[in-house]
Amino acid sequence: MTAHADLPTGPGDVTAGQDGVMAGPGGVTAGDAVSRAELLWDAAAAGDEYAAVDVVVAALDDGMDMESLLMDVVAPVQARVGREWAANRITVAQEHTITAVNERVLAALAHHPSTRAPAPALPAPHSSMPAPHGSTSASRDHSPAQHRGRVTVACIDGEWHAFPARILAEVLRLRGWRVDYLGAQVPTPHLIAHLHRAGPDVVALSSSIATRLPAAHAAITACQATGTPVLAGGAAFGPDGRYARLLGADAWSPDARSAADGLDAGLPPRPAPGRQAVDDLPHLDDQEYTLVARSARQLVRQVMDGLRERVPAMASYSPQQLRHTAEDVSHIVDFLGTALYLDDPELFGGFLAWTGEILAARGVPARVLLPALDLLAERLTDFPRTTGMLAYGHEILRTAAADTGHAQNTDTGTGPAPAAEGAGGGR
Amino acid sequence: MTGTTSEAEHGPAGTVWQSAPYPVLLVGGDGVIEHVNDAARALPAAAPGVRLADAVPAWLADAHRLVTEAQAHSLVTEAQGHPLVAQDVSGLVAPVRGLIGDRAFEAHPTPGDRGSGVTWWLVDATDHERVSEALRLERRRTAFLAEASNELLSSLNLDRCMEVTVRLAARHLADAALVILPAAGRRHPVAYCGPDGRVVRENPAVDPREVPGLAEALRGFPPVPSRWIDPASAPGWLAREELGEPGSMVVTALPGHGVPAGALVLLRRSGHASFSEGEEVFARLFAARAGAAMSAARLYAEQAAITETLMRELLPPEARGLDGVELSARYRPAGATELVGGDFYDLHPAAEPGGESLLVLGDVCGKGLEAAVFTGRIRTTLHALLPVAGDHGRLLGLLNDVLLRGDRRTFVTLVLASVRRDGPRVTVRLTSAGHPPPLVLRADGRVEEVPTRGTLIGMLETVTATTVTVELEPGDTCLIYTDGVTEARGGPLGDELFGEQRLREELEQCAGMPPEALTERVQMLAAQWTGGGDQDDVAVIAITAPRAGRETTLPGLGRESASPRAGGGIS
Repeated sequence: MTAHADLPTGPGDVTAGQDGVMAGPGGVTAGDAVSRAELLWDAAAAGDEYAAVDVVVAALDDGMDMESLLMDVVAPVQARVGREWAANRITVAQEHTITAVNERVLAALAHHPSTRAPAPALPAPHSSMPAPHGSTSASRDHSPAQHRGRVTVACIDGEWHAFPARILAEVLRLRGWRVDYLGAQVPTPHLIAHLHRAGPDVVALSSSIATRLPAAHAAITACQATGTPVLAGGAAFGPDGRYARLLGADAWSPDARSAADGLDAGLPPRPAPGRQAVDDLPHLDDQEYTLVARSARQLVRQVMDGLRERVPAMASYSPQQLRHTAEDVSHIVDFLGTALYLDDPELFGGFLAWTGEILAARGVPARVLLPALDLLAERLTDFPRTTGMLAYGHEILRTAAADTGHAQNTDTGTGPAPAAEGAGGGR
Repeated sequence: MTGTTSEAEHGPAGTVWQSAPYPVLLVGGDGVIEHVNDAARALPAAAPGVRLADAVPAWLADAHRLVTEAQAHSLVTEAQGHPLVAQDVSGLVAPVRGLIGDRAFEAHPTPGDRGSGVTWWLVDATDHERVSEALRLERRRTAFLAEASNELLSSLNLDRCMEVTVRLAARHLADAALVILPAAGRRHPVAYCGPDGRVVRENPAVDPREVPGLAEALRGFPPVPSRWIDPASAPGWLAREELGEPGSMVVTALPGHGVPAGALVLLRRSGHASFSEGEEVFARLFAARAGAAMSAARLYAEQAAITETLMRELLPPEARGLDGVELSARYRPAGATELVGGDFYDLHPAAEPGGESLLVLGDVCGKGLEAAVFTGRIRTTLHALLPVAGDHGRLLGLLNDVLLRGDRRTFVTLVLASVRRDGPRVTVRLTSAGHPPPLVLRADGRVEEVPTRGTLIGMLETVTATTVTVELEPGDTCLIYTDGVTEARGGPLGDELFGEQRLREELEQCAGMPPEALTERVQMLAAQWTGGGDQDDVAVIAITAPRAGRETTLPGLGRESASPRAGGGIS
């Protein structure tokens, strides 16, 4: 699905490949890829799928290999969508249009002769140890055209950004893997039913938005309970994959190319049976996540009421402005809940800093979010971890606000000004 | 016991320990036995005056030497002015274990004072050891069965269950193992696992009657205990070269739920112990679990295949481009566990180029599978009524008649859209039957409601509807949706309807989007509005007049937009 940058997709970008090697395996230089990516961006931004397809076909005709094209031209264009939206340089419609064109480009590439997978490679060496639970199946059948193995690629339930997963599916197909691509927002029960039927060697789960991490945790555990190892990817898992480790994924990759390299080098071992999700996150025992998540909508209403009292200017907000403000508050509560789930204040701070930038790009000082944090803190005084997170977030925002105010000299507001475009998301 | 008391006990009058139930040996500082008690008969050579080393097994003689040396060392240490610490003492008196004859003894040394010798108390631990060994074995088997159950229960995939079974069997029960499934055609799926733990899958054409007991095990009838095979007569596909000289082989049935799940063959190298009766019983316990897991997996696969076949008729079709018209259709059922529901769409491309294509989007009362079956009936009926698609009112009337003859409690609301390319424009004839009116999103961002109205279908004797024709200029899109979008409840405050007004406001921002981006946007807005809350089925169709320069379709371009969770990707 479209990679709208509704919500921060983390500091590292899973699809970005443009920082790559100077001369890639396909004889492509970094400069060449960058200039082609620029052409593709222009075509996609104009909504011109024909020009866009011409750019990628020309790259193939000039000798660029398909994987480099996907990783160094197509993926970076998609990654740029999020950055351009954050900087308020493209509209929501453009964002969706660029993604749609990029998906049409992928579809066209899938029919290009050079996508035909190379002669089937040798079966991938499974993790060689007959380790406690290591699968060591040497082959699936005796048909001559053997695949390296079977991989299921899916997005976490509620995750609409399917592009990184789709790139991964294409790269793995190119490398000779048999791929079942299930697409965006796959409900976990469907995913598990698929795993039982298809019995893949590994399942690759993609998530871009951090607020999907609790759902990702449930999905990872459920997949592992079927004996299928999980490869996690996507910006939600953190630039260094820290959340993938925290949530017990069997492997993590920063992008499609390294994911494919990793799988080529050997499948992750089968997860040990009997692992339980509760073992990963002992801090959940304090119930703070549960209580904040359960009362999220109520908290939003309370904060909105509180804001009306404290910020007289809100009386003159239009319904749309009020809705955007409510959406911003709602995102703050969602990220607070996720940070509690993972016990990571940085996740919350990172979200607030990002939101501050989004607001700044739209001419709204980041400090407009401070009263909302104060109101939340007043309602959650009984929760020590939550209080700590809110204090940390407050500090981050104040610093950011000071910087922004200094740089843009817009620090004259007296209260939350509604973001014209809706600050924290919803777009 | 000190030297002093042992002196006292040496007396010919006999002592307490003389009649103790365990052998006691008093050994002097010179290594010669000084006294033995009655129970020391267990050691016939042990008698006063005999060197201990000549009278007892080496393990006890060695232990005695160590105790004596430690004793001497501690004397030196003490002589140097270091008091003996408890640790040193306990080191001197740690018991040792070993066999005397065919019985196991635990020998407890009691050193005498100042190197005056050692008294050995020999406790018969034979029964204790036997029980411990039995307990250890039982624990290992229980742990193995628990592990096996864990692994076998985790998957409903037959291949995976086979692999787990054969791997566990090779690791815990034998040197190597095979799982053989009942024949699929002439061939039997086989999984083999050797001593290295690697599972190899094969599919040989073999005759199970070549192997005694195998045919019965594969049939699951008659019930026979594990069957021994003479390794020399076993066919090549069963005996494995890597095992060298075959030792013992045993065939065990994998009992299933009413259907035989297959057979397990355990192989041991020659030289390794052959299977004891206890092991055979244990192998059958394992086979029962493995067989249950494998037949559950087989049943699941069969059920899943049946569901898939039946479901295929109910799943929405893939939306393809229609003769110069861009099109996207999406459907997402309400429940996370469901694939189909009460919303549906269908596409009937024009029979000839330049003709009218018919699109249908609808919503039946009810939810879940029952509603989906009803949508199937409606779609089939509409397909049969295609010849009258030129007159929407007549088509709806006929559909109404058909539905009235069926179950009167069910009804449907729907929109019919007849679409025709008309030069650069696209003409759409739209008729709503009790359904939310379609919207037209103009290329400049204006949103217009299409004023078609009509009665819902399947409740009343007669139905009425007005058909409205709209012209789509290049870049315009007609959006047809179900009330799962507008009646989505949630939002940041948790209890608001998404509503038509909000949908229109959002659409105003979406001018010029390709149809697949637009349908996805609408679907996403509704899903995000409900958050994690209850969401109704949602179906959305977008019909777009191609913008200039887009009148043809490149091969394979993405008009195939999503049918829900259809696998397979783009190639």
